[in-house]
Amino acid sequence: MRVPLSWLRDLVELPADVMARDVAERLIAVGLEVETVDHVGADLVGPLVLGRVLTFVEEEHSNGKTVRWCRVDVGEHNERGSAGVPDGRGIVCGARNFFEGDLVVVALPGAVLPGGFAISARKTYGHVSDGMICSPSELATGDEHDGIWVLPGDVGTPGQDAVLALGLRDDVLDIAVTPDRGYALSMRGVARECAAAFDLPFNDPVQEVTEDADESWPVEVVDSQACDRFVLRSVSGLKPTVGAPHWMQQRLRLAGLRPISLAVDITNYVMLELGQPLHAYDRTRLSGPIVVRRSTPGEKVRTLDDVLRDVVADDLLITDDSGPIGIAGVMGGSSTEIDRDSTDIVIEAAHFDASTIARSARRHKLPSEASRRFARGVDPTLQEAAAERAASLLSELGGASVDPGRTVVAQPVVPTTVRFHPQAASRLVGVRFSDETVVSYLERIGCEVAPVGEDMVDVVVPTWRPDLTASADLVEEVARLHGYQHIPSSLPEAPVSSGLTHAQRLRRRCGMALAGAGYVEVQTYPFLSPAVHDALGLDNDDDRRRALVLANPLSDEEPQLRTSLLPGLFSTMRRNIGRGAEDVALFEMGHVYRPDRVNEEPDPPRPVVDRRPTSDELNALNALLPRQPLRVAVVLAGDRERSGWWGQGREASWGDAVEAARIVAEACGVDLRPVADQHAPWHPGRCAALWSGDTLVGHAGELHPQVVTVFGLAERTVAMELDLELLAPTDEVRTVAPVLSTQPVAKEDLALVVDAEVPSADVAAALVRGGGALVESVRLFDVYAGEQVGVGKRSLAFALRLRAPDHTLTADEVAAVRAEAVAEAGRATGATLRT
Amino acid sequence: MSAPNSSFDPVEVTALHPDEVQRAVDEALAAISATSTLDELKQVRLAHAGDRSPLSLANREIGALPPQARAEAGQRIGRARGLVKTALEERQATLHDERDARVLVEERVDVTQPWDVRPRGARHPLTTLQERIADLFIGMGYEVAEGPEVEAEWFNFDALNMPPAHPAREMTDTFFIGSPDSGVVLRTHTSPVQVRTMLTSSPPIYVICPGRTFRTDELDATHTPVFSQVEGLVIDRGITMAHLKGTLDHFAAAMFGEGIGTRLRPSYFPFTEPSAELDLRCFVCRGESVGNADRPCRTCSSEGWIEWGGCGMVNPKVLVACGIDPDEYSGFAFGMGIERTLMFRHGVEDMRDMVEGDVRFTLPFGWEV
Repeated sequence: MRVPLSWLRDLVELPADVMARDVAERLIAVGLEVETVDHVGADLVGPLVLGRVLTFVEEEHSNGKTVRWCRVDVGEHNERGSAGVPDGRGIVCGARNFFEGDLVVVALPGAVLPGGFAISARKTYGHVSDGMICSPSELATGDEHDGIWVLPGDVGTPGQDAVLALGLRDDVLDIAVTPDRGYALSMRGVARECAAAFDLPFNDPVQEVTEDADESWPVEVVDSQACDRFVLRSVSGLKPTVGAPHWMQQRLRLAGLRPISLAVDITNYVMLELGQPLHAYDRTRLSGPIVVRRSTPGEKVRTLDDVLRDVVADDLLITDDSGPIGIAGVMGGSSTEIDRDSTDIVIEAAHFDASTIARSARRHKLPSEASRRFARGVDPTLQEAAAERAASLLSELGGASVDPGRTVVAQPVVPTTVRFHPQAASRLVGVRFSDETVVSYLERIGCEVAPVGEDMVDVVVPTWRPDLTASADLVEEVARLHGYQHIPSSLPEAPVSSGLTHAQRLRRRCGMALAGAGYVEVQTYPFLSPAVHDALGLDNDDDRRRALVLANPLSDEEPQLRTSLLPGLFSTMRRNIGRGAEDVALFEMGHVYRPDRVNEEPDPPRPVVDRRPTSDELNALNALLPRQPLRVAVVLAGDRERSGWWGQGREASWGDAVEAARIVAEACGVDLRPVADQHAPWHPGRCAALWSGDTLVGHAGELHPQVVTVFGLAERTVAMELDLELLAPTDEVRTVAPVLSTQPVAKEDLALVVDAEVPSADVAAALVRGGGALVESVRLFDVYAGEQVGVGKRSLAFALRLRAPDHTLTADEVAAVRAEAVAEAGRATGATLRT
Repeated sequence: MSAPNSSFDPVEVTALHPDEVQRAVDEALAAISATSTLDELKQVRLAHAGDRSPLSLANREIGALPPQARAEAGQRIGRARGLVKTALEERQATLHDERDARVLVEERVDVTQPWDVRPRGARHPLTTLQERIADLFIGMGYEVAEGPEVEAEWFNFDALNMPPAHPAREMTDTFFIGSPDSGVVLRTHTSPVQVRTMLTSSPPIYVICPGRTFRTDELDATHTPVFSQVEGLVIDRGITMAHLKGTLDHFAAAMFGEGIGTRLRPSYFPFTEPSAELDLRCFVCRGESVGNADRPCRTCSSEGWIEWGGCGMVNPKVLVACGIDPDEYSGFAFGMGIERTLMFRHGVEDMRDMVEGDVRFTLPFGWEV
């Protein structure tokens, strides 16, 4: 809502020394969000005067351009004339939209126009042009005209200061109106707030309307729920050529609207002034009674913007015998529209159900001035006054006569009454208010307060405040008029916190462990193209293809939500490499969305909100949601250990991906068991399934070469992804301290030959099992495949550390353990001791 | 070796002549002091104190002297050998020290050579800022609450006093899952977590809810469709706006430094009543640019305040929908964008830097912010 300060001053008696900035500050303090204060016309520097075109001569010039050499009367600024030339100034003008005798704006030499455009006497087209006749856009007041600005004859006399005469200089407050403050979409509402903020009297522009029992145009309201008030008033004999007076046009312009014609301008002006949207019909184009009803299937309406729109059952329509003539509260129809020739006009002032209009406006994507106001709630007592105001302006300014009769189809207005405990304000705000203070604040905003019993009051809220329905609403009124800045600052006494949950602690630890291991955290968008599933090489029946789809994605290319963190990491990796990074290790921790089924979209449950939902209702709501497990994933490319002056580095390998998983697992206090697997998007021979106990928690390894190519990654890029919720124990597992033996350790190395397919982990496990309690650790330290061990075989070299709790192991004991270990490895894996 | 000498004639054994002995000692001492390395000293030791050194040879000649002369000659040779031995030991010690000192010098390395075998890692500043905020509130007695990102509309809107046709739903641009009527959305704020918390626990409730949120904004320097919020919720007996103000003042000071206060401006949110916009004292000009044309402030457009978030007293309708008696309990809630907070706190100028995952952006933040 753009509020010209001069207009505001008409409605509130602001002291002259109160400036726009002061008004803005006070309005902000009471809750109107003044976004900017525009100093309109501040960049107009005189002499800028009214002038009357006395004579002109049209001259065609060799460049093909026709100009007018004008003699303009500028009153006291006139130069003495000569024979046949009256007093005035000689000015060359390129526009041709004026006549002799027209009143115009003249910028005389010395004037500076917006944009630093300095005017001086200059020679042009063979004359000395002693100033400039201005267009609205040169004065930055509007863009509605081609050519120069021809003023209505009554705005002043030649020589007068044009800025003053035309009101070109004004301060305009631009206010962003929150949805609860529909009344602030009017001068009346803003003025009321301003009066309350400064505690000054308010001049209500609404006039009492005299009764008129006769009907204007016949109306039938079928849906009185959606339309509780419908008022019509008509005028005849409007002079179609008369435009709106300058002051009205200027106010409309400052408020951001474009003057169009007297009738349209008046409906807009009254809407801005009072907040009541009006609609004007050409009476000659109406046929039969106006009927307000919901639409029936298949109906269409051609709206003012000349679009033929399908309406749906929920839309509220204004109709006559010809069918729909408008979508109520949103936009009128073109068939009954007034135009420049209309003389007989029917004015509609109605009150509609806010949510009906909000839905229609949203459905048709028509956020009109009217729908914005109706959706936020219009004062239900305004309609007769607004129609009357428009009719009398049409009569006063356009020579029309107001027809007798007024149609009023109206439900009685029952003002809201809130039973209120004035001390509720003290309790909620934290400031001790007396009951009297509370009551005076409420009265200042238009409430009527009457005591009830000992300490309660009944507050009748004003009809323009549909947002005030409960005690807390009234408390806010008290708080904002008192001033939020006067609320003290104190801390509540919170109970003792038990801190982070185990899962939250683990999550942090995983992040720190990965960062400590050289991974850089990223957060990627969850939006996904369905083509990604093919790029990852997923089978057609892979669960990860079953993704949630957005109804309104930002990009039609990426309508899905991720089922894996990897695609996002791949893009981020590619971006980093593209920007010149070489050795990159990234990790992300985030949710993926895994619908277990494709949602059939039954009618979603919508429990009522005036009580706690039942557990069945809560279960039904939660059943709408997919699983959203928390994942952690890494992707690595380039060197994991860099080359440098110390020697050769080491490229990231599948092992680093497994190691990353182990880092996360360690942070969670869990052992991970890698098992060979074939799982997209990994290399089928270099992919480990990661098991925690008997739960599969993720995969790690080198990426499939095709995936690397399709995603544009560096060769041999490796990756890991695991499910943190599956991995991390929900409850803390308390570690039992080990008992340490101080006896000497016995070290035994042995090499075993196995079939190449036998996993080393199986052999190691067998050694531990076979060696028994004396085995402290078994570690694979070398792997050899080659002629010496035979085709299809591998030699695995293990280091065993043996120790007894209570004595030094004898050579015999060591030999026995070794033999048992080897024997078990042989039984379990076919391993033979390498000789 | 000479034959035993029965007559007393020391002169006959030249090697034992005092002059000869003196000469051998002098030569030995000169050679010893001329050495500069332990290897040279080893040679010198062989030459002047070894079995075949002049003094050792002279010593053997003692037997050739007449008995009465032997003692005197023995003493003389013993003294001479003692001198040489002492000189050798001293030199040995000196050279040893010199060598040790030299080795330490020679083994000097350039400790400025980089040792960056393993690339460095870092956590995303949005994560660590979120943790820092959580820790601040945990210290104040809060706990951290979480909820799903794909959320039922009922939790995201209805329970928060935003029925289907509520104009406030226009304020948020919502991603709908499946169809606009599916009842499932990507949460537009972390407020549904508050609803869930109120439904699963009973007052007193002191929680902070950080998390990812989604709105249909195109990515640009100041918007991102995926962003993070942190919201706080307190439900207890006797909670007032003063508590809200105090909590926010404390929060602002902890984030931006002492003296960076907050301003509450009346505003509208369906889930709070009274509601307020939360402004932060401009941390660049500290308000000094207001009305001061000579010192304009780009950060706050010379307004003196910058918008940080929204807050208010929990609307009783929300309490009712969550099964909490508004006559017994009151509460406050607040929320702000973590991206915005990071921008203010660390001078991030372009929001895209936070979402693109360029390691050069994240690395300087290390593990903590």
